[in-house]
Amino acid sequence: MRAIKRTVDPALVRDAFAIAAAVGVIGLSFGAIAIASGLPAWAAIAMSVLVFAGGAQFMAVGVLSAGNPVAAVLAGLLLNARHLPFGMAVADAVGSGRAAQFIGSHLLVDEAVAFAMAESEPARRRAAYWLTGSMLFVLWQIGTVLGVLLGSAAGDPATLGLDAAFPAGLLALTLPSLRDRQTRHAALAGGAIAVVTTPFLPAGLPILLALLGLVLAVRPTRLKQPC
Amino acid sequence: MLIAVILLLAAGTYATRLAGVMLRDRLTLPEALRRLLPMAAVTLLVALAATAALTEAGRVAGLARPAGVLVGLLLAWRRAPFLVVVVAAAATTAVLRLLGVP
Repeated sequence: MRAIKRTVDPALVRDAFAIAAAVGVIGLSFGAIAIASGLPAWAAIAMSVLVFAGGAQFMAVGVLSAGNPVAAVLAGLLLNARHLPFGMAVADAVGSGRAAQFIGSHLLVDEAVAFAMAESEPARRRAAYWLTGSMLFVLWQIGTVLGVLLGSAAGDPATLGLDAAFPAGLLALTLPSLRDRQTRHAALAGGAIAVVTTPFLPAGLPILLALLGLVLAVRPTRLKQPC
Repeated sequence: MLIAVILLLAAGTYATRLAGVMLRDRLTLPEALRRLLPMAAVTLLVALAATAALTEAGRVAGLARPAGVLVGLLLAWRRAPFLVVVVAAAATTAVLRLLGVP
Protein backbone atom coordinates (compact mmCIF):
# COMPACT_ATOMS: atom_id res chain seq x y z
CA MET A 1 0.00 0.00 0.00
CA ARG A 2 2.83 2.38 0.83
CA ALA A 3 4.37 1.63 -2.57
CA ILE A 4 1.10 2.59 -4.19
CA LYS A 5 0.93 5.87 -2.29
CA ARG A 6 4.38 6.86 -3.47
CA THR A 7 3.58 6.25 -7.13
CA VAL A 8 0.22 8.00 -7.24
CA ASP A 9 0.63 11.31 -8.96
CA PRO A 10 -2.04 14.01 -8.82
CA ALA A 11 -2.67 13.83 -12.58
CA LEU A 12 -3.64 10.16 -12.26
CA VAL A 13 -6.00 10.92 -9.37
CA ARG A 14 -7.62 13.73 -11.36
CA ASP A 15 -8.03 11.64 -14.53
CA ALA A 16 -9.37 8.59 -12.71
CA PHE A 17 -11.76 10.81 -10.78
CA ALA A 18 -13.07 12.35 -14.02
CA ILE A 19 -14.03 8.93 -15.35
CA ALA A 20 -15.30 7.75 -11.96
CA ALA A 21 -17.55 10.82 -11.69
CA ALA A 22 -19.07 10.10 -15.10
CA VAL A 23 -19.54 6.48 -14.05
CA GLY A 24 -21.17 7.64 -10.81
CA VAL A 25 -23.81 9.58 -12.77
CA ILE A 26 -24.44 6.50 -14.92
CA GLY A 27 -24.80 4.52 -11.65
CA LEU A 28 -27.43 7.07 -10.65
CA SER A 29 -29.40 6.31 -13.81
CA PHE A 30 -28.95 2.58 -13.17
CA GLY A 31 -30.53 2.95 -9.73
CA ALA A 32 -33.39 5.01 -11.15
CA ILE A 33 -34.04 2.67 -14.11
CA ALA A 34 -33.93 -0.42 -11.86
CA ILE A 35 -36.61 1.07 -9.60
CA ALA A 36 -38.67 2.25 -12.59
CA SER A 37 -38.66 -1.27 -14.07
CA GLY A 38 -40.01 -2.70 -10.83
CA LEU A 39 -36.90 -3.94 -9.03
CA PRO A 40 -36.87 -3.44 -5.25
CA ALA A 41 -34.25 -1.03 -3.87
CA TRP A 42 -32.23 -3.79 -2.18
CA ALA A 43 -31.89 -5.66 -5.49
CA ALA A 44 -30.51 -2.64 -7.34
CA ILE A 45 -27.99 -1.96 -4.57
CA ALA A 46 -27.04 -5.64 -4.19
CA MET A 47 -26.41 -5.84 -7.93
CA SER A 48 -24.13 -2.82 -7.90
CA VAL A 49 -22.11 -4.11 -4.92
CA LEU A 50 -21.92 -7.79 -5.91
CA VAL A 51 -21.88 -7.71 -9.73
CA PHE A 52 -20.21 -4.31 -10.23
CA ALA A 53 -20.40 -4.35 -14.03
CA GLY A 54 -22.50 -1.57 -15.53
CA GLY A 55 -23.32 -3.10 -18.90
CA ALA A 56 -24.36 -6.45 -17.44
CA GLN A 57 -26.46 -4.74 -14.75
CA PHE A 58 -28.42 -2.62 -17.23
CA MET A 59 -28.93 -5.68 -19.40
CA ALA A 60 -30.05 -7.88 -16.48
CA VAL A 61 -32.62 -5.27 -15.41
CA GLY A 62 -33.97 -5.05 -18.95
CA VAL A 63 -34.20 -8.80 -19.49
CA LEU A 64 -35.63 -9.35 -15.98
CA SER A 65 -38.43 -6.87 -16.56
CA ALA A 66 -39.18 -8.73 -19.79
CA GLY A 67 -39.74 -11.74 -17.51
CA ASN A 68 -36.79 -13.93 -18.42
CA PRO A 69 -34.50 -14.58 -15.40
CA VAL A 70 -32.40 -17.31 -17.05
CA ALA A 71 -31.65 -15.09 -20.04
CA ALA A 72 -30.76 -12.26 -17.66
CA VAL A 73 -27.97 -14.35 -16.13
CA LEU A 74 -26.70 -15.79 -19.41
CA ALA A 75 -26.74 -12.46 -21.26
CA GLY A 76 -24.94 -10.76 -18.37
CA LEU A 77 -22.27 -13.45 -18.21
CA LEU A 78 -21.70 -13.35 -21.97
CA LEU A 79 -21.27 -9.58 -21.72
CA ASN A 80 -18.71 -10.08 -18.94
CA ALA A 81 -16.72 -12.84 -20.65
CA ARG A 82 -14.21 -10.21 -21.83
CA HIS A 83 -13.05 -9.91 -18.22
CA LEU A 84 -11.17 -13.21 -18.55
CA PRO A 85 -8.66 -11.94 -21.14
CA PHE A 86 -8.65 -8.57 -19.35
CA GLY A 87 -7.71 -10.33 -16.11
CA MET A 88 -4.84 -12.12 -17.82
CA ALA A 89 -3.56 -8.88 -19.31
CA VAL A 90 -3.56 -6.92 -16.03
CA ALA A 91 -2.74 -9.75 -13.60
CA ASP A 92 0.63 -8.14 -12.84
CA ALA A 93 -1.09 -4.86 -11.94
CA VAL A 94 -3.57 -6.64 -9.64
CA GLY A 95 -0.67 -8.18 -7.68
CA SER A 96 0.61 -11.63 -6.82
CA GLY A 97 -0.57 -12.04 -3.21
CA ARG A 98 -3.71 -14.05 -2.53
CA ALA A 99 -5.51 -11.13 -0.84
CA ALA A 100 -4.64 -8.75 -3.68
CA GLN A 101 -5.92 -11.23 -6.24
CA PHE A 102 -9.19 -11.93 -4.42
CA ILE A 103 -9.98 -8.27 -3.75
CA GLY A 104 -8.44 -6.85 -6.92
CA SER A 105 -10.39 -9.20 -9.18
CA HIS A 106 -13.66 -7.66 -8.03
CA LEU A 107 -12.40 -4.22 -9.11
CA LEU A 108 -11.69 -5.43 -12.65
CA VAL A 109 -13.70 -3.08 -14.85
CA ASP A 110 -12.97 -1.75 -18.34
CA GLU A 111 -11.79 1.63 -17.09
CA ALA A 112 -9.32 0.14 -14.56
CA VAL A 113 -7.90 -2.06 -17.34
CA ALA A 114 -7.58 0.94 -19.68
CA PHE A 115 -5.79 3.05 -17.07
CA ALA A 116 -3.43 0.17 -16.20
CA MET A 117 -2.66 -0.54 -19.87
CA ALA A 118 -1.81 3.13 -20.41
CA GLU A 119 1.12 2.82 -17.96
CA SER A 120 4.25 0.83 -18.72
CA GLU A 121 6.18 0.99 -15.43
CA PRO A 122 5.04 -1.83 -13.04
CA ALA A 123 4.48 0.32 -9.91
CA ARG A 124 2.51 2.90 -11.89
CA ARG A 125 0.44 0.17 -13.57
CA ARG A 126 -0.48 -1.16 -10.14
CA ALA A 127 -1.34 2.27 -8.79
CA ALA A 128 -3.44 3.10 -11.86
CA TYR A 129 -5.38 -0.19 -11.64
CA TRP A 130 -6.16 -0.02 -7.93
CA LEU A 131 -6.92 3.69 -7.85
CA THR A 132 -9.27 3.59 -10.85
CA GLY A 133 -10.95 0.35 -9.76
CA SER A 134 -11.63 1.48 -6.20
CA MET A 135 -12.73 5.00 -7.18
CA LEU A 136 -15.17 3.54 -9.68
CA PHE A 137 -16.46 1.06 -7.12
CA VAL A 138 -17.16 3.75 -4.52
CA LEU A 139 -18.80 6.21 -6.95
CA TRP A 140 -20.84 3.43 -8.64
CA GLN A 141 -22.33 2.55 -5.22
CA ILE A 142 -23.02 6.17 -4.28
CA GLY A 143 -24.59 6.73 -7.70
CA THR A 144 -26.79 3.63 -7.41
CA VAL A 145 -28.08 4.57 -3.94
CA LEU A 146 -28.83 8.14 -5.03
CA GLY A 147 -30.58 6.85 -8.16
CA VAL A 148 -32.71 4.48 -6.07
CA LEU A 149 -33.66 7.36 -3.76
CA LEU A 150 -34.28 9.95 -6.48
CA GLY A 151 -36.12 7.62 -8.86
CA SER A 152 -37.42 9.37 -11.94
CA ALA A 153 -36.11 12.72 -10.63
CA ALA A 154 -32.58 11.44 -11.36
CA GLY A 155 -32.82 12.55 -14.99
CA ASP A 156 -31.12 11.10 -18.04
CA PRO A 157 -27.29 11.11 -18.24
CA ALA A 158 -27.66 11.40 -22.03
CA THR A 159 -28.67 15.06 -21.59
CA LEU A 160 -25.18 15.65 -20.17
CA GLY A 161 -23.59 13.73 -23.05
CA LEU A 162 -22.07 11.27 -20.58
CA ASP A 163 -22.56 8.35 -22.98
CA ALA A 164 -19.79 9.96 -25.07
CA ALA A 165 -17.41 10.19 -22.09
CA PHE A 166 -16.81 6.41 -21.80
CA PRO A 167 -15.75 5.71 -25.42
CA ALA A 168 -13.75 8.97 -25.62
CA GLY A 169 -11.93 8.13 -22.38
CA LEU A 170 -11.16 4.57 -23.52
CA LEU A 171 -9.81 5.80 -26.86
CA ALA A 172 -7.63 8.44 -25.18
CA LEU A 173 -6.15 5.77 -22.89
CA THR A 174 -5.48 3.25 -25.67
CA LEU A 175 -4.05 5.78 -28.13
CA PRO A 176 -0.43 5.44 -26.86
CA SER A 177 -0.54 1.63 -27.29
CA LEU A 178 -1.79 2.11 -30.85
CA ARG A 179 1.55 3.59 -31.84
CA ASP A 180 2.76 -0.01 -32.13
CA ARG A 181 1.93 -1.06 -35.69
CA GLN A 182 0.74 -4.61 -34.99
CA THR A 183 -1.41 -3.47 -32.06
CA ARG A 184 -2.93 -0.74 -34.21
CA HIS A 185 -3.80 -3.13 -37.02
CA ALA A 186 -5.27 -5.69 -34.61
CA ALA A 187 -7.32 -3.03 -32.79
CA LEU A 188 -8.65 -1.42 -35.98
CA ALA A 189 -9.59 -4.79 -37.50
CA GLY A 190 -11.12 -5.94 -34.19
CA GLY A 191 -13.06 -2.70 -33.74
CA ALA A 192 -14.48 -2.98 -37.25
CA ILE A 193 -15.48 -6.63 -36.69
CA ALA A 194 -17.24 -5.69 -33.43
CA VAL A 195 -19.17 -2.76 -34.91
CA VAL A 196 -20.24 -4.64 -38.05
CA THR A 197 -21.42 -7.74 -36.15
CA THR A 198 -23.21 -5.83 -33.35
CA PRO A 199 -26.62 -5.66 -35.11
CA PHE A 200 -26.66 -9.44 -35.67
CA LEU A 201 -25.27 -10.97 -32.48
CA PRO A 202 -26.19 -10.93 -28.77
CA ALA A 203 -24.36 -8.18 -26.83
CA GLY A 204 -20.90 -9.20 -25.67
CA LEU A 205 -20.18 -11.61 -28.51
CA PRO A 206 -19.11 -8.89 -31.00
CA ILE A 207 -16.52 -7.68 -28.46
CA LEU A 208 -15.08 -11.20 -28.15
CA LEU A 209 -15.06 -11.58 -31.94
CA ALA A 210 -12.83 -8.49 -32.05
CA LEU A 211 -10.02 -10.82 -30.93
CA LEU A 212 -10.09 -12.18 -34.48
CA GLY A 213 -8.43 -8.88 -35.33
CA LEU A 214 -5.30 -10.31 -33.71
CA VAL A 215 -5.36 -13.27 -36.08
CA LEU A 216 -5.72 -10.97 -39.07
CA ALA A 217 -3.10 -8.46 -38.02
CA VAL A 218 -0.41 -10.55 -36.35
CA ARG A 219 1.83 -12.92 -38.28
CA PRO A 220 3.31 -15.48 -35.88
CA THR A 221 6.76 -15.15 -37.43
CA ARG A 222 6.79 -11.40 -36.89
CA LEU A 223 5.71 -11.66 -33.27
CA LYS A 224 9.23 -12.40 -32.11
CA GLN A 225 10.66 -9.13 -33.33
CA PRO A 226 8.59 -6.11 -32.36
CA CYS A 227 8.51 -3.64 -35.22
CA MET B 1 -35.92 -15.92 -7.96
CA LEU B 2 -34.58 -12.37 -8.07
CA ILE B 3 -31.97 -13.10 -5.43
CA ALA B 4 -30.84 -16.20 -7.37
CA VAL B 5 -30.39 -14.14 -10.54
CA ILE B 6 -28.29 -11.56 -8.71
CA LEU B 7 -26.15 -14.16 -6.94
CA LEU B 8 -25.56 -16.23 -10.09
CA LEU B 9 -24.66 -13.15 -12.11
CA ALA B 10 -22.36 -11.93 -9.33
CA ALA B 11 -20.67 -15.32 -8.83
CA GLY B 12 -20.21 -15.89 -12.57
CA THR B 13 -18.80 -12.42 -13.13
CA TYR B 14 -16.42 -12.70 -10.18
CA ALA B 15 -15.28 -16.17 -11.28
CA THR B 16 -14.53 -14.83 -14.77
CA ARG B 17 -12.48 -11.96 -13.37
CA LEU B 18 -10.63 -14.11 -10.84
CA ALA B 19 -9.93 -16.83 -13.42
CA GLY B 20 -8.20 -14.35 -15.71
CA VAL B 21 -6.07 -12.94 -12.91
CA MET B 22 -5.13 -16.38 -11.51
CA LEU B 23 -4.56 -18.07 -14.88
CA ARG B 24 -1.76 -15.69 -15.75
CA ASP B 25 0.35 -17.15 -12.90
CA ARG B 26 -0.74 -20.77 -13.35
CA LEU B 27 -0.21 -21.07 -17.07
CA THR B 28 3.27 -20.99 -18.42
CA LEU B 29 2.53 -19.23 -21.66
CA PRO B 30 4.96 -19.28 -24.53
CA GLU B 31 6.71 -15.94 -25.01
CA ALA B 32 4.83 -15.24 -28.25
CA LEU B 33 1.47 -15.63 -26.54
CA ARG B 34 2.64 -13.51 -23.61
CA ARG B 35 3.38 -10.66 -26.02
CA LEU B 36 -0.08 -11.08 -27.47
CA LEU B 37 -1.90 -10.42 -24.15
CA PRO B 38 -1.52 -6.62 -24.03
CA MET B 39 -2.44 -6.47 -27.72
CA ALA B 40 -5.56 -8.51 -26.99
CA ALA B 41 -6.52 -6.17 -24.13
CA VAL B 42 -6.06 -3.05 -26.29
CA THR B 43 -8.05 -4.68 -29.12
CA LEU B 44 -10.91 -5.44 -26.72
CA LEU B 45 -10.84 -1.90 -25.31
CA VAL B 46 -10.93 -0.35 -28.79
CA ALA B 47 -13.78 -2.68 -29.77
CA LEU B 48 -15.67 -1.62 -26.63
CA ALA B 49 -15.08 2.05 -27.40
CA ALA B 50 -16.09 1.65 -31.05
CA THR B 51 -19.33 -0.19 -30.30
CA ALA B 52 -20.17 2.21 -27.43
CA ALA B 53 -19.54 5.18 -29.72
CA LEU B 54 -21.37 3.96 -32.81
CA THR B 55 -24.15 1.62 -31.68
CA GLU B 56 -27.09 1.80 -29.30
CA ALA B 57 -28.97 -1.37 -28.30
CA GLY B 58 -27.68 -3.23 -31.36
CA ARG B 59 -28.49 -0.45 -33.82
CA VAL B 60 -26.65 2.52 -35.25
CA ALA B 61 -26.47 5.34 -32.69
CA GLY B 62 -27.58 8.88 -33.55
CA LEU B 63 -25.13 11.58 -34.57
CA ALA B 64 -24.59 13.43 -31.30
CA ARG B 65 -22.63 10.71 -29.52
CA PRO B 66 -20.27 9.71 -32.38
CA ALA B 67 -19.60 13.43 -33.00
CA GLY B 68 -18.70 13.98 -29.34
CA VAL B 69 -16.42 10.94 -29.31
CA LEU B 70 -14.75 12.15 -32.52
CA VAL B 71 -14.02 15.54 -30.91
CA GLY B 72 -12.54 13.70 -27.92
CA LEU B 73 -10.46 11.46 -30.17
CA LEU B 74 -9.05 14.42 -32.12
CA LEU B 75 -8.15 16.20 -28.87
CA ALA B 76 -6.48 13.05 -27.52
CA TRP B 77 -4.55 12.71 -30.75
CA ARG B 78 -3.33 16.30 -30.32
CA ARG B 79 -2.19 15.22 -26.84
CA ALA B 80 -4.76 17.23 -24.92
CA PRO B 81 -5.03 16.33 -21.21
CA PHE B 82 -7.34 13.38 -20.43
CA LEU B 83 -9.78 15.56 -18.49
CA VAL B 84 -10.15 17.92 -21.48
CA VAL B 85 -10.79 14.94 -23.80
CA VAL B 86 -13.56 13.50 -21.62
CA VAL B 87 -15.25 16.82 -20.81
CA ALA B 88 -15.09 18.05 -24.43
CA ALA B 89 -16.60 14.78 -25.72
CA ALA B 90 -19.49 14.95 -23.25
CA ALA B 91 -20.03 18.70 -23.79
CA THR B 92 -20.10 18.35 -27.59
CA THR B 93 -22.69 15.57 -27.37
CA ALA B 94 -24.76 17.49 -24.81
CA VAL B 95 -24.78 20.69 -26.88
CA LEU B 96 -25.67 18.79 -30.08
CA ARG B 97 -28.60 17.14 -28.29
CA LEU B 98 -29.70 20.51 -26.94
CA LEU B 99 -29.80 21.69 -30.55
CA GLY B 100 -32.03 18.78 -31.44
CA VAL B 101 -29.44 16.49 -33.08
CA PRO B 102 -30.39 12.85 -32.33
